[in-house]
Amino acid sequence: MSDQPQGEDFAAEGGHGAVPLEGVPTGLDEQPRGEWPLYEVFVRGKRGLNHVHVGSLHAADDQMAVRHARDVYTRRNEGVSIWVVRADLVTASSPDEKDPLFAPAGDKVYRHPTFYSIPDDVPHM
Amino acid sequence: MSDHDSVYDGLVGHDLPGDDSRWAFGTDFEDPLAGVDTTLPEGVDGAALAAYCLMLGDDALVHSHRLSQWASNAPDLEEDIALANVALDLLGQARLLLARAAAADPGVVPPLPEGSPVPPEDALAFFRDEAAFRNVRLVEAENGDFAVTMVRLLLASTHRLAVLQRLTTSRDQVLAAIAAKGVKELTYHRDLAGRWFLTLARGTAESRRRLEAGLALVWPMREELRRTHPVERTVAEQGVGVDPAEVADEVDVVLEQVPAVSGVERPALPPVGLVAGGAGREGRHTEAMGRLLAEMQVVARAHPTGRW
Repeated sequence: MSDQPQGEDFAAEGGHGAVPLEGVPTGLDEQPRGEWPLYEVFVRGKRGLNHVHVGSLHAADDQMAVRHARDVYTRRNEGVSIWVVRADLVTASSPDEKDPLFAPAGDKVYRHPTFYSIPDDVPHM
Repeated sequence: MSDHDSVYDGLVGHDLPGDDSRWAFGTDFEDPLAGVDTTLPEGVDGAALAAYCLMLGDDALVHSHRLSQWASNAPDLEEDIALANVALDLLGQARLLLARAAAADPGVVPPLPEGSPVPPEDALAFFRDEAAFRNVRLVEAENGDFAVTMVRLLLASTHRLAVLQRLTTSRDQVLAAIAAKGVKELTYHRDLAGRWFLTLARGTAESRRRLEAGLALVWPMREELRRTHPVERTVAEQGVGVDPAEVADEVDVVLEQVPAVSGVERPALPPVGLVAGGAGREGRHTEAMGRLLAEMQVVARAHPTGRW
């Protein structure tokens, strides 16, 4: 028989093909909701340095969200890494605050390093 | 300046010479059978190997068809795509396995009209009659509701994963390559099914009730997975196949853990009986199979010389 899981929430029978043991909320006493929570999905490509926001989806919980993101957003060999974040955990700036937050940066030409000449063989600049 | 570069730039190889791949069209396709030696290994009976490939291929083909019946009918968009992905994975395995069967023994391919452009694996899929199909009865059963489908996916993918893991060391190079590709796909299928099992069991009272009903429906068909057919015994002895009785124990371990962790009891039900001493592997299928094949094969059979 298998060993007890060591700090991971998967059954260790070869380590691959995890059979999940934990992480699912026991909702038998809760009132069922009409819609699963929304998750924002970020995918990093093989040659990428950062995760890119590719869309959102609904899922029962965090682990299912990763599985769904794999199914929905990495069908064409786009990614090697997935982040999912519950949408209500994201703090966003309000559109009403657009002017005070972003307009002051528009007229400060000294913040743009356009006065330097960059050699041709320096990439990513 | 780089302030207008697309955020998707890092995802394709614009900087590689000759690589004009576009992010939205995908990158880096690999052929799983590239560079594999396709000759039959020595001491292997071609007919037995073909029959064995038909068994594994039909399991995948029929299960794929059942799962594809969920397209546009699944509870939510994400599950719809997930089930379609699983179906596509299995269809890919089926195609490779049926092609290998045709290569090992061209006699199994049903004859088609002269000048038909149908490749042998398609001929096997669409022009064989019901009695010639060698899948287990578990995969041909009706889909039922989502819980039934997920329990069936768990049972089928756990067993198939165990078999394909052993098959990666097959003496037949093509089977080993197919198995290597299949193991990665089935690892995910089993994980998905296990997660859904857990989610349904611990979700609401309704989902739990449906899960238990689905388990009672599917469990009796499990026994057939571990029956050893003479062909399976032959190919196992020749080193190209896997005897399902060998993997029965490790499959049991998983199928004990998942219900235990979910807090669901395994049903104590007798297995589905044999028909005239045989089951799916001998070509004796349930009524559901006839309807399944009628739907799957009707278009191809209507145009046997059609070009697709």
